[in-house]
Amino acid sequence: MTKKVATKKAAKKVLSKKVITKAPTKKLPVKKLDPKQKTIETLVELIKTTSTVVPDDVYRTLLKARTQEQAGSTASYAMNIINDNIELAKLKSQPLCQDTGTVIFFIYHPPGFHQTPFKELIKKAVVKATQKGYLRQNSVNSLTGENAGTNLGEGHPSIHFYEHNKKEVEVKLVLKGGGCENVSAQYSLPDTGLGAGRDLAGVRKVIIDAIHKAQGKGCGPGALGICIGGDRADSAYLAKKQLLRKLDDKNSHPELNKLENDIVETCNKLGIGPMGFGGKTTLLSCKITHANRVPASFFVSISYMCWAFRRQGIVMDKNNSIKKWLY
Amino acid sequence: MKRLSYPFSPEAVRELKVGDMVLITGKLFTGRDAVHKYLHDGNKPPVDLKNQIIYHCGPVTMKDKKTGKWTVTAAGPTTSIREEPYQWEVIRDYGIVGVIGKGGMGQKTLDACKEHGCVYFHAIGGAAQVLAEKIKSVDGLYLEEFGLPEAIWELTVEEFPVVVTMDAHGNSLHKDVEESSRTALKEVL
Repeated sequence: MTKKVATKKAAKKVLSKKVITKAPTKKLPVKKLDPKQKTIETLVELIKTTSTVVPDDVYRTLLKARTQEQAGSTASYAMNIINDNIELAKLKSQPLCQDTGTVIFFIYHPPGFHQTPFKELIKKAVVKATQKGYLRQNSVNSLTGENAGTNLGEGHPSIHFYEHNKKEVEVKLVLKGGGCENVSAQYSLPDTGLGAGRDLAGVRKVIIDAIHKAQGKGCGPGALGICIGGDRADSAYLAKKQLLRKLDDKNSHPELNKLENDIVETCNKLGIGPMGFGGKTTLLSCKITHANRVPASFFVSISYMCWAFRRQGIVMDKNNSIKKWLY
Repeated sequence: MKRLSYPFSPEAVRELKVGDMVLITGKLFTGRDAVHKYLHDGNKPPVDLKNQIIYHCGPVTMKDKKTGKWTVTAAGPTTSIREEPYQWEVIRDYGIVGVIGKGGMGQKTLDACKEHGCVYFHAIGGAAQVLAEKIKSVDGLYLEEFGLPEAIWELTVEEFPVVVTMDAHGNSLHKDVEESSRTALKEVL
């Protein structure tokens, strides 16, 4: 018996030696993705993370809000489920919310970058992310009602390019759900019904009015992006772009910074609370920018984002891999 | 925490009051914009909705390529107010005893709830993973031609967490919060 074992052991040794000595001579096929495939893979990873994980700044703000609500209240119950949902979505790598929203890309690129081929790669990544279940089949033809199931179509995904003076490409992504988009608003000042004039006091009034009108329908506690001025189209777009700011940053414009804090503080006195159940936290944050207007117009645009604030960004390295996460 | 178990009935939901936190176990049927318009246009539902609960939800669903079986991977509520023009009729004509959604509904639905014995349950908006976890099986798929988020999905759930925000006695938390926040609004403006 002992002999047998010994020989077996010896045989094993030989075998393992063989493997070791053989291994370096055997050329393992190095799986090298072509740059396009690598970019698609990177973009799918960005979509996955955006859809399944809330950014740190948002999570910190939500955790703080959770402690504000009275234990045992429906508001506290809502905040606890929200917290469980954040943990579960991350753990399972599945969408935080089933409405994976309008897919909005912001690409910041160096001079000489080719936008058209990159657009095609984004589209391929969106289709792949949909197949993998990171995005719901969420794009509907507005004329026919047809849902192709790919998230591609006229205007979808939404892609915006900006040239910057860095060498690397940065890609930011926002998934904007329909519920919160539906309570977003645009006001034209003066608004006689609200007694809102063409000044910051008037701006303040319409923003607070929008939050009152939204109640719990936008899946609060919400976060706001605001633009004061601009034409109707630019104003709405710039308001949405404010959602790219981290919730805990500070507006460099002192007056806007003051207004941002005032809006959050004031709206949290309305008692609308999480989900509109009544409670202390109605708003998590408010970010405001401004754009010039023509003398005849004065628009205020309000982009409401739900608590499931899906925003991420990456810096891509030379090999089109993810070098750094931006949020 | 209260419990509501299948089979559901108007009598059982009449016991519930605004503010009750309820765990639902049993059957749910999803139905959102396209389904409600379809029923409003005079089409009969493909399943008997008598004493059933309708869930305003467009889930993320995945089909197993080998078995052909469906699983729901994300299933939070969608905004209910869009169904306000239709919901009262669906309650009246097809005898549903519960509506699950988010954001609440209006007076027409509240009146229909009182008259026919139906309750509006508020699920936590955006909590698609917590809610999908409570789905134990996918038992049917109807009106697939509306697209997967808009189809009717027949689901079995266990301890599905909701809050009663409109009861069968004419009370609405949404109405109350709207009014109290309107008073607060006047003070801050």
